[in-house]
Amino acid sequence: MSMNNSEWKPKIVAFCCNWCSYAGADLAGSSRLAYPADVKIIRVPCSCRVNPMFILRAFQKGADGVILCGCHPGDCHYSTGNYYARRRMTTLFSMLDFLGVEKNRTHVEWVSAAEGVKFSATMNKFIEQVRELGPNVRLEDIRCKQN
Amino acid sequence: MQRIGVFVCHCGTNIAATVDVKRVAETLLKEPGVVHAEDYQYMCSEAGQKLIGDAIKEKQLTGIVVCSCSPRMHENTFRKAAERYGINPYLVEIANIREQCSWIHKDKEEATEKAIILGRAAVAKVMLNAPLQAGTSPVTKRALVIGGGIAGIQTALDIADAGFEVDIVERTPSIGGRMSQLDKTFPTLDCAACILTPKMVEANAHEKITLFTWSEVEKVGGFVGDFKVDIRKKARYVDMDKCTGCGECQAKCPNKKTPNEFNRGLNNRSAIYTPFAQAIPNVPVIDKNACTYLKTGKCGVCAKICKAGAINYEAQDEIITREYGAIVVATGFDTIKLDKFNEYGYNTNKDVITSLELERLMNAAGPTGGHVVRPSNGEDPKTIVFVQCVGSRDTTCRGKTYCSKICCMYTAKQAMLLKDHYPWLDIHVFYIDVRTPGKNFDEFYRRAVEEYDVDYIKGQVGKVSEAENGRLLVQASDLLDNRQIKMEADLVVLATAIEPNEGVRRIASMLTASIDTNDFLTEAHAKLRPVESPTAGIFLSGVCQGPKDIPETVAQAGAAASKVIGLLSKDHLVTNPCTAKCNQVYCNGCSNCEKVCPYGAISYDEQMVIRFGARETTRVATVNTALCQGCGACTVACPSGAMDLQGFSNRQILAEVDAICR
Repeated sequence: MSMNNSEWKPKIVAFCCNWCSYAGADLAGSSRLAYPADVKIIRVPCSCRVNPMFILRAFQKGADGVILCGCHPGDCHYSTGNYYARRRMTTLFSMLDFLGVEKNRTHVEWVSAAEGVKFSATMNKFIEQVRELGPNVRLEDIRCKQN
Repeated sequence: MQRIGVFVCHCGTNIAATVDVKRVAETLLKEPGVVHAEDYQYMCSEAGQKLIGDAIKEKQLTGIVVCSCSPRMHENTFRKAAERYGINPYLVEIANIREQCSWIHKDKEEATEKAIILGRAAVAKVMLNAPLQAGTSPVTKRALVIGGGIAGIQTALDIADAGFEVDIVERTPSIGGRMSQLDKTFPTLDCAACILTPKMVEANAHEKITLFTWSEVEKVGGFVGDFKVDIRKKARYVDMDKCTGCGECQAKCPNKKTPNEFNRGLNNRSAIYTPFAQAIPNVPVIDKNACTYLKTGKCGVCAKICKAGAINYEAQDEIITREYGAIVVATGFDTIKLDKFNEYGYNTNKDVITSLELERLMNAAGPTGGHVVRPSNGEDPKTIVFVQCVGSRDTTCRGKTYCSKICCMYTAKQAMLLKDHYPWLDIHVFYIDVRTPGKNFDEFYRRAVEEYDVDYIKGQVGKVSEAENGRLLVQASDLLDNRQIKMEADLVVLATAIEPNEGVRRIASMLTASIDTNDFLTEAHAKLRPVESPTAGIFLSGVCQGPKDIPETVAQAGAAASKVIGLLSKDHLVTNPCTAKCNQVYCNGCSNCEKVCPYGAISYDEQMVIRFGARETTRVATVNTALCQGCGACTVACPSGAMDLQGFSNRQILAEVDAICR
């Protein structure tokens, strides 16, 4: 990787719960609260829909950071989904270092539908965190990049 | 073979100004499976939808991607359009290139690149979409209104008048809410009680309305059309059927040392009490924390004098379960606590009061019979200072950042009424801005200044302390004359910020209704769906959604009611077909999915399945699609990959991940 860090654009995948953070991202949008274009959002019905496999797959395919946003504890649209997400991610994140992915490439944040400001701030902060780590080369599946 | 059509919306210039829409369409046309791509100014318009319809027919499309605004905005529009032109509505995917792209990025190149990637992800997903059929679920034709203030009463009356049953759950002993504490109302100076009590009586008498006062919502289950709610009827210790409301018990109760909540603690009440004379129901409750008999077993005066024999010290809380099709939140507001605002001396000086306390002092049914006096010594005040924006528009983190909206108007009202009763009064109002948008509002405020000669001073009060002569010393700045002011006053009235009532967070949590950082309930769309919560079947009425005055509250209550009526008029609701589905061939019967399902939608039984060509009877999971709400918790819990979520399947999400990371 001969990329210069200044021109390097990280790839960030954000899994957002339809009921809170996805709406928070919409609010950030309608309030014109900018965050870098590196973030691409995937809409899921609940943070508990996010299989740890999705996150590993993203890293494998060359993502530099993966963030999961859900409803605040106690506010889950489906009552308990975000608690499952929290437990699953805690377990996954504790193993990432062993798999060759720095833990700081991942993050879980609770963002409500009313928190457009927080959504934008969270994304800006997370990108900075990922930028510091540089490109994710250890787990990237080089074969996927060829075509 | 899939035949995908891509439709890129300009949204006027909302998208097209920052995203090269033509390039997005051209690039996506090269994606495998895409046979058609075009851009148009307004895809959601009739003409735009027709473009989609024409393409469906001409190119025999099997899937559609619309690159436009958020799916939360127009997903339904495009699904309906697809259906109208002959393909399954669930073969539509939206790429959000407005809220999540054009509106937040400035660089056209960067935004276009991102829009292409988002479009690519949607194409990858739609390739794997399967046609889904929505089911139906029955509607329980009864509504629950949480909160019995003017918002709740009006909502309930409107729903009941349309012929549907309504229950009102009110946690205090009487309906009436905040409005029943007020004296007169702006801008017409109607007496609050005169316009409120007839509505309270009507609600009580309405054959379709059931009141649960001194009750609280304990638990909420189910979903739109079929909520199951546990209501805790707190022990009243007075039999509602026997009590005649004579009031003898309250008069004779020897324990009269409890601060009167209804009068904001300006006087005391008895242990057995109704909050106010016009209470509905006119049946007292016994405060178990104050009653001597309930605490020590000695007294029993009320039971002895009650001719109807209505007192029952053995009463217990009761939980009843009711079913509802819709729930309206009308939990109202309270004034903020002033612990952090020591400069005004509210907690140290009795003559510093909140405007709600002044409202009680001015009310003929209040603690002084409507005679405004200094609470410290009962003397008539000569000078009154009003302080505006106490805790409102506050950026110091002590109060609230928002404008409480009603204070400018009620202060003008209070000042005018005071001048009417006591023309010799000297009244000063310290304000930051006077905000009077509303019909006849500014005229009203101008009357206070011009006709009643109320002294409005643009400036902030820095300190209220006790002067040596026992009066209050107000130190303030006059921003227009750029000078410091020191004046003596007999009464200081704080226009205290309002906030959602205590406990609203618990209610929102039970209803899974979203709430903002100020604890106001969030509406589904700030402009287009202002009385609905994003959670289906939950509606918002009154100040629980944001500060508003009485006319606005009543208007919103009617709007919420009409939404509820629309819902309850249906016999069946269309359910979300994006439910979990178990591939029983892979299911190993482990029960993990059953344990994580919040709706009890998954059951296990012995079924015959074919595995590796052989028939086998084994324990496998089945999803009850009528109960499944589609969260997907089970899909991740499933160790064998048998459980999947339709519309958000593992393959679909992985395809999106791959497309984004490509």
